Amino acid sequence: MSVQSASATNLTMPPAKEMGSLMNILRYLRRNTQLTVGLSILLFFILFSVIGSFLVDDKAAYPLGATASQAPSWEYPFGTDGQGRDLFAVAIFGVWETFRIGFIAGLIGLIIGAFIGFTSAFFGGWYDVVVRWVVDVLLTVPGLLILIVIASSMDAKSFTLTNMAFIIALTAWMGPARTIRAQVLTLRERSYVMMARLNGMNSWGIIFRELLPNLLPYLGASLVGSVTGAIFASVGLPALGLGPLREPTIGVTIYWAMNQNALLREMWWWLMMPVVTIILMFITLFMISVGLDELANPRVRKTV
Amino acid sequence: MNHLLELKNATKTYKGGTVALDNVSFFIDAEAPSIIAVAGESGSGKTTLGMMALGFLDPSKGDVLYKGKNLRTLSGQEQTNFRKEVQAVFQDPFAVYNPFYKVDHIFEVGIRNFKLAKSGAEARRKIEEALVSVGLRPEETLGRFPHQLSGGQRQRLVVARALLFRPQLLMADEPVSMVDASLRATILESLRKMKEEYQITILYITHDLTTAYHVCDHIIVLYKGSVMEAGDVESVVANPQHPYTQLLIDSIPWPDLSRQWGQQEINAIDAETARIGKGCKFASRCPHVMEKCSQSPPPLYQIDENQVAACFLYEDKPTLAGEELGQLFK
Amino acid sequence: MSDYVLRVKDLDVQYYTDAGVVYANNKINFDLKPGERLGLVGESGSGKSTMALALLRMIKPPGKIAGGQLLLGATDLTKLSEEEMRQTRGKDISMIPQGAMNSLNPIMRIKDQIVDGMVDHNLGLSRSVLEERAYDALDVVELDRKVGRMYPHELSGGMKQRACIAISVAMHPKVIIADEPTSALDVVTQRKVMQTITRLQEELGSAVILIGHDMGLMAQFATRMAVMYAGSLVELGSVRDIFTEALHPYTEMLIDSLPTIGKRGIFKGIPGITPLLRDLPTGCVFNTRCPKVMDICRTKTPAYKEYRPSHWAACHLHEDGVAKK
Repeated sequence: MSVQSASATNLTMPPAKEMGSLMNILRYLRRNTQLTVGLSILLFFILFSVIGSFLVDDKAAYPLGATASQAPSWEYPFGTDGQGRDLFAVAIFGVWETFRIGFIAGLIGLIIGAFIGFTSAFFGGWYDVVVRWVVDVLLTVPGLLILIVIASSMDAKSFTLTNMAFIIALTAWMGPARTIRAQVLTLRERSYVMMARLNGMNSWGIIFRELLPNLLPYLGASLVGSVTGAIFASVGLPALGLGPLREPTIGVTIYWAMNQNALLREMWWWLMMPVVTIILMFITLFMISVGLDELANPRVRKTV
Repeated sequence: MNHLLELKNATKTYKGGTVALDNVSFFIDAEAPSIIAVAGESGSGKTTLGMMALGFLDPSKGDVLYKGKNLRTLSGQEQTNFRKEVQAVFQDPFAVYNPFYKVDHIFEVGIRNFKLAKSGAEARRKIEEALVSVGLRPEETLGRFPHQLSGGQRQRLVVARALLFRPQLLMADEPVSMVDASLRATILESLRKMKEEYQITILYITHDLTTAYHVCDHIIVLYKGSVMEAGDVESVVANPQHPYTQLLIDSIPWPDLSRQWGQQEINAIDAETARIGKGCKFASRCPHVMEKCSQSPPPLYQIDENQVAACFLYEDKPTLAGEELGQLFK
Repeated sequence: MSDYVLRVKDLDVQYYTDAGVVYANNKINFDLKPGERLGLVGESGSGKSTMALALLRMIKPPGKIAGGQLLLGATDLTKLSEEEMRQTRGKDISMIPQGAMNSLNPIMRIKDQIVDGMVDHNLGLSRSVLEERAYDALDVVELDRKVGRMYPHELSGGMKQRACIAISVAMHPKVIIADEPTSALDVVTQRKVMQTITRLQEELGSAVILIGHDMGLMAQFATRMAVMYAGSLVELGSVRDIFTEALHPYTEMLIDSLPTIGKRGIFKGIPGITPLLRDLPTGCVFNTRCPKVMDICRTKTPAYKEYRPSHWAACHLHEDGVAKK
């Protein structure tokens, strides 16, 4: 039995140099529709926020920044809410803030989770046993519940958006920790890890220079996952009345819309803005994650 | 004078009771480098032995010593030296490469960590020299990714790497089993060169007795974790004394029309369903089994100065203590 | 001619990939007599596994049989419909695939798996008769009847492989193709399985094509041997003739490189690498590595001729007027 051509390992990233060429990236994007669509909508969101921030006055997103209770019109494309916020301005700032919080929380969650996942899988022993137990237990507790408990015990004044990001990160690390640990457990036994040892590499070297590069697409997909979860939390917390309620974010808008009985007052546009925005955001993140999944898993890959 | 590598009563037991290696002792001295085959079927413990020699597996009982020092208690510097001086060639020519990097990676990391070259240029020169000596062309192989090369090229690169490092001991775990027949001779030739020109002792782990016969000087035959027979490879293969070795040699498909498969019927029960009792591991399959074989494991009997067999059939011969097994490999 | 149970004529198999056309099998010609043991030897990249699949018409797109005939008796297998071919597979010609023991259904008893294969062939027999046939098949491979009621996980590697052989021979096919049937087995079990195949072949009178890369195994088992290199058949003859004096330089060098008693310490590999099947050289496929290469070898593909009685080769060295060896 001889090996002539490559055998696909479970998760192999196309080698760095080959992927690097721009033509190759564009060609791949053309074939991976989900990823392209997802990234495009994301790009649209970013442009919307960035360009929009030049078109709109800061104050318009805060109460009494505009005439209240106006239906959508040329002057107020998304209408205004019962407290005089221009919903178009709120959208511009809110989308940006939501993604920012989601990204910070998701990234911190991923970094903590990845570190714990890598080290517990690689070093094993008591450390691994403890980590596994903690992660399994914490995963059974609904994250939102933890967040509500923490958030409601916080002083309203010191509760900034960035604080909220950090709190959300506390519940975002468990998922990545577990899945990355599972991946590293399989990679740990690979012959190239043995080869790295024979080359005098120590354990940290192996984690960062041998295992991590092979898990990059996987980490990317995990990041999208944790960002999605973080966005969900960052919308959900304010919607329940917790967190900074003065900032113009999507979640806060939902809170005020419900609190002020927007539907009873027939101000359908007040809820429509946050709802449509959230739907679009989740579609974006979902498509990117599916697209990355295809990139990360050669067996599912239909292209390249 | 310390032995280069020594296994002292090395035993490896796994949860669930499987005994991969059972109280095996032997040593290797470096004065006259040789190629020693550790042969056996799957489940014999040969890979376990190899992994212990590399320090990748800790024995459940017993010790592994390198130059007299126990592998468990090496200091930082001693560990680095151990890593540099004990290298390996593995079976799968694809899995040893990290698919993220070019094939040069396996050379460069080692050269850097063990300070084998003073500059990038010197490193490059050494790599190219090593490649040429195994019959590869640097311009065709360096700078490529693993999947761009053939299995034979990849395996030769691993052998070239071993040559470059000039280790004291090389563990070769089935180095040619996944390589085309026409290429095996070339790789085996490189191993022989390592022994003769660079004084490297090689532990050749395999189930394929034909290649072991071809390139090795000495051989240890393992079965279910115990040593059955050991000695000079020519004597053991031409004149196997232990019934297990006889069965093994008899079953080899030699590419030689004058050596047809033995007439001796294999009255042995299938290996996997045979029971292992307290005595000789081969007792339940042995055509010459006696009462005492199932009661206690036989010691090594010295058939002559080049060959030992662990079988009560030879109990009239002098015994050799397990720890002295290394004497045969001088 | 009714003398032969299988005749392969000018078989061409090609795969159409993004990277180009892969010429996996090129103008393969050989005949198989009833009850004969033919060894098909080739290293990786020789196209031997493709050949095994082609014989059973199991080449899937992007590959296809681009030309040639496969005559099983009087029937040309290339011309059969898919349904007709399905009926033929297992009944008239069957295969023991590589790693077969891993493809046993873990939740079915062995006898049921053997019957399973027969049921689809509309033999018109009742279940109990088929079960008896299954037990007969187990008998032929020297497995005890009680193995029929066992599950795969209860069997050892060698027993599983023999169970797979039982599945393949249950309907007494005239041709059995064994693709590396012992590659995962240790040497003692390998001998047992090969002896089982020999025994059943003698009992059933089937012809066996043993595909592999282990020349030693061929020497022990086969009576005739076909050597493949880079998609072409370079030599065909009796094992004795080939081992005594091979006609093709590749065969000669291959045999020389094998370790055997008496040749200890002599290492003669074949330098160079096998060409890729999608990038074959012009002329003879072996011209890049042949120590006896001549100018004509680089331009003209050598004809496949019977240079000695029942001994065929494709090499310019033997053609009259070209050169004498």
